[in-house]
Amino acid sequence: MNIFSHKRYSMGQKDPNFGAPLDTTHRTILYVEGVTVSFDGFRALNNLNLYIDEGELRCIIGPNGAGKTTMMDVITGKTKPDEGSVYFGQQINLLELSEHQIARGGIGRKFQKPTIFEALSVYENLELATAADKRVWWTLSQQLNSAQKYRIDEVLLQIGLAEHRYKNAGSLSHGQKQWLEIGMLLMQNPRVLLVDEPVAGMTGEETEKTAELLLSLAGEHSVIVVEHDMKFVRSIARKVTVLHQGSVLTEGTMDQVQNDPKVIEVYLGE
Amino acid sequence: MLTQRLLLSDRGGMIVLGLVLATMILVPICNLLVPETSALHISTFTVTLLGKFLCYALLALSVDLIWGYCGILSLGHGAFFALGGYAMGMYLMRQIGPRGQYGDPILPDFMVFLNWKELPWYWQGFDMFWFALLMIIVVPGILAFVFGWLAFRSRVTGVYFSIITQALTYALLLAFFRNEMGFGGNNGLTDFKDILGFPIAASGTRISLFLASGFMLILAYIACRYIVTSRMGKVIVSIRDAETRTRFCGYKVESYKLWLFVFSAILAGIAGALYVPQVGIINPGEFSPLNSIELVVWVATGGRGTLFGAIVGAFTVNYGKTVFTSYSPETWLFALGALFVIVTLVLPKGLVGLFNRTKKAASKQNPGNPPPGNPAPATAPSVTPNMGTSTENFISAETPVIAAVKEPV
Repeated sequence: MNIFSHKRYSMGQKDPNFGAPLDTTHRTILYVEGVTVSFDGFRALNNLNLYIDEGELRCIIGPNGAGKTTMMDVITGKTKPDEGSVYFGQQINLLELSEHQIARGGIGRKFQKPTIFEALSVYENLELATAADKRVWWTLSQQLNSAQKYRIDEVLLQIGLAEHRYKNAGSLSHGQKQWLEIGMLLMQNPRVLLVDEPVAGMTGEETEKTAELLLSLAGEHSVIVVEHDMKFVRSIARKVTVLHQGSVLTEGTMDQVQNDPKVIEVYLGE
Repeated sequence: MLTQRLLLSDRGGMIVLGLVLATMILVPICNLLVPETSALHISTFTVTLLGKFLCYALLALSVDLIWGYCGILSLGHGAFFALGGYAMGMYLMRQIGPRGQYGDPILPDFMVFLNWKELPWYWQGFDMFWFALLMIIVVPGILAFVFGWLAFRSRVTGVYFSIITQALTYALLLAFFRNEMGFGGNNGLTDFKDILGFPIAASGTRISLFLASGFMLILAYIACRYIVTSRMGKVIVSIRDAETRTRFCGYKVESYKLWLFVFSAILAGIAGALYVPQVGIINPGEFSPLNSIELVVWVATGGRGTLFGAIVGAFTVNYGKTVFTSYSPETWLFALGALFVIVTLVLPKGLVGLFNRTKKAASKQNPGNPPPGNPAPATAPSVTPNMGTSTENFISAETPVIAAVKEPV
């Protein structure tokens, strides 16, 4: 990995006004339009168009290399596209913001491999993720207030880790780590949740719990799930988007998608 | 509550600080009050040596804060130490006044020797102690700020960061070697006469400097504890363990690294400033990359990520160095190298980890704690995500026996 390839972010960027209510007059919360990303000539995303509605649960599937993870990188500010635009609501241009600003603004992301703070307890993990002033000097003296503590308890119940609150996060099972990470996203009061392969490596029972957790989150939040496991997708999906070679191949219900000859060709042709 | 958080909950730190305090009380008594003929007398030489160790401990503390807690391995921290030292040295040079070899009332000897006619602009103000104190904080702080701002903003991390800090200290070494820089070149600054009007070699002054070093060490320790026990401390540990996650939690990782780095550099600068009047000289050798590496070895030996481990390491290794170099100076570097290898292989948590290990072994014989990694499946039979709707589940994880009894319900 070339360390100098990172985009430079100015340290003096102003946070956009996320405090104001998000303008979602057309029910769409996330607009991804004409996005193209190239890595050394290879087009990871090729004129991608994607619209996510408020409160929607959307599954995104596609063969390896279809650009699913790159798409998440673009939305969360990790990768800046060569072309295209990404808007959060009607007003906020995500391409002008850096990762921490997008995270503060209400777009949470779960990684493929569970990434939590292993040295800290479950409770402390959620404490750090809590929506609060996250500037350096504030965190030096900040304590949790009672509303925040209440919220942590709520989330602990929601993700089923209430009894493990004082446990070291590093000693949780794989499935529990995934849930903790989802819990950390919830602590940020996100409008949109991007969830990358939530059930990879989970047991059948854990997969089932995760499905119910994600279904319970939709409605209040918009949830975008990227997943390989077709059985899992079928169990939660309302609307499915199939990505192929960096752009949308087709969209629809699971049945429509599965019977689409283009999709069959892409999957069987592999 | 604050004392509980900062000190009482930190047993190792309490012990180490207690030892430092005890030394600070006993050493002056044994030096000033006990007659020289007595076996309990401590010579002024030893006082100075201990004072030096205290400065090293402060320096090690500053490195542990960024390396042990934030994972930033700086191999150039000696540079900040030396800059603080030079700032103090410039004050001490100005105090010599007309008592120098050449008797110039203002210019230090080396400037007269170079045929300089007037004091360079950056030497102005160093005749005032408060100004020197300010510079001791400001100069290392600004260098760390500029350097850190450039490095962290470009997301230079890990070994790359270590290498450029090494280059930084080496560049300063070469610069300070040059006579034209106006810092005494090769010889550095020396021949100090007095500090705040007190003769610098007198026992009383040495004791005061020793006490000042001890006092600063304790103060810095408490400040570091304050940082690492605050939420900021947790953010810092998170950056060490999962930087991307921290960023996606909404923290501006660069700012955290930058301010921690600046704070650490200031501590290193203060350590250097206390060190110089005690050893009586500052020269470009202090910028040597080797010094910065040795300093990392102290922290590794003591045990990083504990704060007090750094103090233990600084004292142990430097005591070893003093003993070693008086018996067989040629073998010291071999011993240091061997020490580093042994510590890395056998004691990844340093000397402090050794004590913790024996403590853990003792507590293992005492049952009652649930085995680590037990997911307590007995309490989670429900398939719904809201499986813990009852508050009883808070307790049951800690006591698996009760949980098992409750299962049929």
